Amino acid sequence: MLATVTGLVMAGLAVSMALCAWRLFRGPAVVDRLLAMDTIATNLLAFLIVLSIDQRTDVYLESAIVLALLAFLTTVAIAKALMRGRILE
Amino acid sequence: MSEAAEIAASVLLLVGLAFTLFGSIGLVRLPDFYTRMHAPTKATTLGVSGMAAAAVLVVPGSTFALLLKAMIIIGFLFLTAPIGAHMMARAARRGGIAPCAATHVDEMPPVPLERKGEGPEAGR
Repeated sequence: MLATVTGLVMAGLAVSMALCAWRLFRGPAVVDRLLAMDTIATNLLAFLIVLSIDQRTDVYLESAIVLALLAFLTTVAIAKALMRGRILE
Repeated sequence: MSEAAEIAASVLLLVGLAFTLFGSIGLVRLPDFYTRMHAPTKATTLGVSGMAAAAVLVVPGSTFALLLKAMIIIGFLFLTAPIGAHMMARAARRGGIAPCAATHVDEMPPVPLERKGEGPEAGR
């Protein structure tokens, strides 16, 4: 039963990422695209967790931690670059 | 693993998927950047938390290690999602993106113009 649910959840996450990609390509401002990228990263994090449930292993949880770190740093760095034109002060 | 754990994990996964989908639908449907920012930054945090809780229930291995990893993911997401949203909203506001016409309250004063080319501390 759990295999069916994980398949369904993976398909749903794919739909969710497709919606974010629509905003990524469409988005009128740069910050809209940044927000879409951040949301795609969070969805990918969820996808890795569901993958680790589906494969019955915990290695994907560790890569999910790394992805969370990377997504946060990228978002903050690009937002700061948009705000002031430089990242480090 | 037990049947009950699988059922609980399935419910948690589906709830998490629902919240993640709500976030993405809000990202597509809402009218301006500031409202669009609300949907994914809040809803997807809860969605990922539900899925991590489901992983603790059904993934085989040491429960303590699984719980630790899930708590790291959830705690980190709860810490960083508001900070990222705040930075993006600030970048949008300083970049001059207007709220939609239905906005009633706008407490932030108008942003002063950036001073450019006045030495290393210009534009602070």
